[in-house]
Amino acid sequence: MKSLVQTFIAVLIVSFGLMYLTSYLNSSEGYTGKDTLTIYNWGDYIDPDLLDEFQKETGIKVIYQTFDSNEAMMTKIEQGGTTFDVSVPSEYAIDKMKQENLLLPLDKSKLPNLKYIDPSFLNLSFDPDNKYSIPYFWGTVGIVYNPDLTDLKFKSWEDLWDPSLKNQILLLDGAREVIGMGLNSLHYSLNDTNEEHLQAAKAKLSTLTPNVKAIVGDEIKLLLANEEAAVGLVWSGDASEIMSENEKLDYVVPEEGSNLWFDNMVIPKTARNIEGAHQFINFMLAPEHAAQNAEYVGYSTPNAMALEYLPEEISGDQRFYPSKELTSKLEVYQNLGKKMLAHYNELFLEFKMHRK
Amino acid sequence: MRTNTRNFYLIPYLLWIALFVITPIVLVVYYSFFDVEGNFTFGNYEKFFTPVYLKMTLSSFWYAFLITAFSLLVAYPAAYLLTRTKHKQLWLLLIILPSWINLLLKAYAFLGLFGTYGAVNGILKFVGIGTQQILFTDFSFIFVSVYIFIPFMILPIFNSLEELNPSLVFAARDLGASPWTAFRRVIFPLTLSGVKSGCQAVFIPALSLFMITRLIAGNRVITLGTAIEQHFLVTQDWGMGATIAVFLIIAMAVIMLLTGSRKRGLQNENRKAV
Repeated sequence: MKSLVQTFIAVLIVSFGLMYLTSYLNSSEGYTGKDTLTIYNWGDYIDPDLLDEFQKETGIKVIYQTFDSNEAMMTKIEQGGTTFDVSVPSEYAIDKMKQENLLLPLDKSKLPNLKYIDPSFLNLSFDPDNKYSIPYFWGTVGIVYNPDLTDLKFKSWEDLWDPSLKNQILLLDGAREVIGMGLNSLHYSLNDTNEEHLQAAKAKLSTLTPNVKAIVGDEIKLLLANEEAAVGLVWSGDASEIMSENEKLDYVVPEEGSNLWFDNMVIPKTARNIEGAHQFINFMLAPEHAAQNAEYVGYSTPNAMALEYLPEEISGDQRFYPSKELTSKLEVYQNLGKKMLAHYNELFLEFKMHRK
Repeated sequence: MRTNTRNFYLIPYLLWIALFVITPIVLVVYYSFFDVEGNFTFGNYEKFFTPVYLKMTLSSFWYAFLITAFSLLVAYPAAYLLTRTKHKQLWLLLIILPSWINLLLKAYAFLGLFGTYGAVNGILKFVGIGTQQILFTDFSFIFVSVYIFIPFMILPIFNSLEELNPSLVFAARDLGASPWTAFRRVIFPLTLSGVKSGCQAVFIPALSLFMITRLIAGNRVITLGTAIEQHFLVTQDWGMGATIAVFLIIAMAVIMLLTGSRKRGLQNENRKAV
C-alpha cells in the first residue's frame, strides 16, 4: 500500500520534471525567439536549397515541419500550442480558416515582390484583395492516360465514358473532384448547387461505374505509374509526379473546363515571428526563387516574372500552363457551406456504392 | 482496511473505464444529435434509415460475415493441427509474427503482390492462366482481411483445444464413435467457447474496416467504417458519423450479448454431460 503511494508520487514527480524540462529546452532552442521561423508546409513542397539560402540571407533559423492534409493542418493550428509562422493551405481551407479567425492579415508594404504575380491569380473569390494569402502554386484537375494501354486521344470528359475503357479508370477519392467531373461533363459549373443538376451529374456518373476500376487515395500515383490502369483522374501536381516516374504517360485538361486550385502562403494566428514570415513570403515571391522552386517541385507557379527564368520546356508546356482560352474555363472551388458540402459527399458516397 | 486497499487498487481501472470507455461513448451519442451546422436534430437517425445507409449496413454485415466464416474455416483446422505438432509454441509464434508488422505496410505489400504486374499474376501467367484482375475485387478484399484477422481467430481456438482433456476424446473413440462423430459431438462442442471468442474478435472489427476497403478494394466495397471515416475527416459531418457509430456500438453489444449468453448455457450443459 505504502509503496504503491510512493510509486504514484514518484511517477508524478518525474512527469512534472519532464514537462518542465521540455518547456525549458523549447525556449532554449529558440522555439519562441525572434530569430527563428517555423514553416508548416506539405511534404516535399519546397526546394531545400531555398531554405538554406533564406537562412544565409537573413540569419533567421528556419524550422520546417510538414502536414499531409488541410484538415490535419487546420486542426493543429486551431488547437494552439504550436508556433507556425508560415503555412500553405489550399484555397478552400483558407476560406474556412478566415471564418474561424485562424489567419493574420498580411502587410502588403512588406511584400514588394507581390507585383510579379500574374494579376489573374490575384483577388480571387476565396480571398478578395489577397488580404490573408499569396498564391504559392496552382494547378488543375485532369486526366492522366497511358498511350500504351488506350488509343483514345483525350480531349473531353466524355471520353472517359468510352466503352473501350472498361475497368481502366482510377479516380481520386475526393467528392468535389468526382462530382465536379460529372457536373463538368454536363457543362454545369463545378460550384453548382442546383439539386436537379446535381442529380443529373450523379446519374451520369453512375453510368461510368463499369469503367471505374477503383477509387483510391494517394496510392493513385503509384498505381498509374505502375500501369495498373490506363486512365486516372488526378490533380495536375500529382500528374507531374506520375509523369516523372513513368515518362510514357500524358496529362490533359478536358476542354469543358475543370477545377483551378491554389496553394497559398498565409500567416496563421499562431505566428510569433510575423516580421520574419513577411520576409520569407517576399523571398519566395522573388522571380528567381519562385522559378527555382517551381523547377524543383514541378507544379505551376503563379509568378509571371518567374516564367522568364524557367526553361522553355517547362513554361511552354500547355499541360501545366494551359492557354488563356482553357484557363478562362477553369473554376476555383467556392466554399459551398457545410450543408452543401455534406450533400456533395452524400452523392459521392452513393456513387461509390454503385456495384458493377 | 482490506476492502479499502481493494478499492484503492480499483481506482486506476475505474478511471480508465470512465475516461476511455464511458466518456467516448457518451460523446458519440451526444454528437449524433447535431447536424452539420451544430443544431440539435434527430435528422441523422432518420437519414440512417434511408436505403443508402441500410444497404451499407447490410453489405457491412455480409462482408464481416464472410470474413469471419473464412477465417474460421482456415483457423480451426490450423489450430487443431497446431495442438498436435511437436513445437507448438514455435509454430504459434510463426502464425502470430505477421501481426507485429504494421497493418498499413501489409496492405501496401498486397498492392504490389496483387497488381497487374505483381508476383501473383506473374505466377498465374507462368502457369498459363494469364493475367487476372485481383486487386480491387471482392476476392482480394476478403482474402486480405482474412489474412489480417486469422491470428485473432487461431489464438482462442488454440487455447480451448489445449484445455480440452484428451481422455474425453479417447473415451469417445473407445465407446465406438468414429473420428468424425468424436469431433462433432465431443471436440467441437467443448471448444465452442474459443470459436465464439474468436468470432467476436474477428466479426466486430471486420464490421468497421475502412482502410483496406480503399487500399485493397478500391472503394468498391463500402462499409460503415468507410462512411464514418468520410463523415469525420472529409465532410466534417460529425453528427452523421457519430450516428453510424452509435448503430455500430449497438450492433456490437447485441453480438456480445448473443454469443455471451449462449456460452454460459452450453458450459452448464457440458458440465452436466461430463
